[in-house]
Amino acid sequence: MSPLAATFRRDFALMWGAGGGAMAPLGFFLGAATLVPLAMGPEHALLVAAGPPLVWIAAALAVLATLERLFQADLEDGSLDQFLLSPAPLEMIVLTKGAALWCAIGLPIALAGAPVAIALQAPLELVPAIVMSLGLGMAGFIGVGLVGAAVTAGVKRGGVLISLIVLPFFAPPIIFGSAVAGGAGFGPAFLILAGCGLAYSALGPIAAAAALRLQVE
Amino acid sequence: MGAGRPFQDKPGLTVHDLAIARGGRALFENLSFAVQSGSYAEIRGANGSGKTSLLRAVAGFLKPRAGQVTFARVEEPSEALHYLGHLNGLKAAASASAHVRYWGGLLGGYERDALTRVGLRRVADLPALALSQGQSRRLALARLLVAPRPIWLLDEPAAALDVNGRNVLAELISTHCSSGGLVLAAVHEPLGVKPDQVVTVGA
Repeated sequence: MSPLAATFRRDFALMWGAGGGAMAPLGFFLGAATLVPLAMGPEHALLVAAGPPLVWIAAALAVLATLERLFQADLEDGSLDQFLLSPAPLEMIVLTKGAALWCAIGLPIALAGAPVAIALQAPLELVPAIVMSLGLGMAGFIGVGLVGAAVTAGVKRGGVLISLIVLPFFAPPIIFGSAVAGGAGFGPAFLILAGCGLAYSALGPIAAAAALRLQVE
Repeated sequence: MGAGRPFQDKPGLTVHDLAIARGGRALFENLSFAVQSGSYAEIRGANGSGKTSLLRAVAGFLKPRAGQVTFARVEEPSEALHYLGHLNGLKAAASASAHVRYWGGLLGGYERDALTRVGLRRVADLPALALSQGQSRRLALARLLVAPRPIWLLDEPAAALDVNGRNVLAELISTHCSSGGLVLAAVHEPLGVKPDQVVTVGA
């Protein structure tokens, strides 16, 4: 098994294993999305207007909740030292951990976006665009999240600090993602969102690896 | 590795005039020594004298304030060394055999007998959570065997090990040295292997 395959397999297994907590963000996302119509009432026009932005906020917060322990656990138990001794570059190991996180929580949340969108009265023809945009948005959130998690790995209760670091970067995907879900579909907003998601997930691991190298000192 | 695959290229490591500071305080300065292939070197020193920092600097994790560490006949140092620190690098939910498989992939290698050699065959399927301190340490020792690498940097390797565990460790070290590897270990108590040289830090 290659270093990256081993990393992916381990991270994915740990997240979906007993006590791994992969279900929690999905549950949070579904729970928050369910509360939206309860809080706003059943009025169709209101739900159609306010539903998509709230779904995107729920998705962003669901990711945020998983970030605190992402590298902190590896720093505390000594696993981080071993990453540095692998033939694979640290950047690629970080990217692989991000990919495992996307598969474990990003993809389920994107797929859960379909029933949620329907429940919030989104037109059926928009549902594929919403699911794909959530998938890309989750990749972007995770890409930025890797950096926040790496920078705060040595900070006890760094959750709030992570939020302060990453939330400004969450703005572009949220803006364009909400536009996609609000009716723009596969238009320019979708393309900009795709650009954000892919750029974040390509650049995030490089910055995160640099931060982690400082953490092991 | 089995009975000891020889490291024929005879690796060596040399520390030149190393100075390390932690938290603004100088731990030691002008530390120089060399360890040859096939030898076991002990680092000794009081608590806080910088044994761990020295090992981490040799591993390349920590940037020294001055001086350098050079390796002879080693292509990429980070791929030629094992670092066994105070922390065992275990995940509570993963089983002993899952750890061995993972390390095999991450570090490059796969040694089926690793768990047997450190005496953990019977608990291979238990999660690390259920292992005692000593068993966890033995599992970390198995990492040294999973991927054959010539240079071993060990920080208090005998911590939490029972008498049998110490014997296993001593046997691993002597086998490794006799097959041409080198071992640099920070210790307080003798490990039961006669060191070829002793490095004292923070005298």
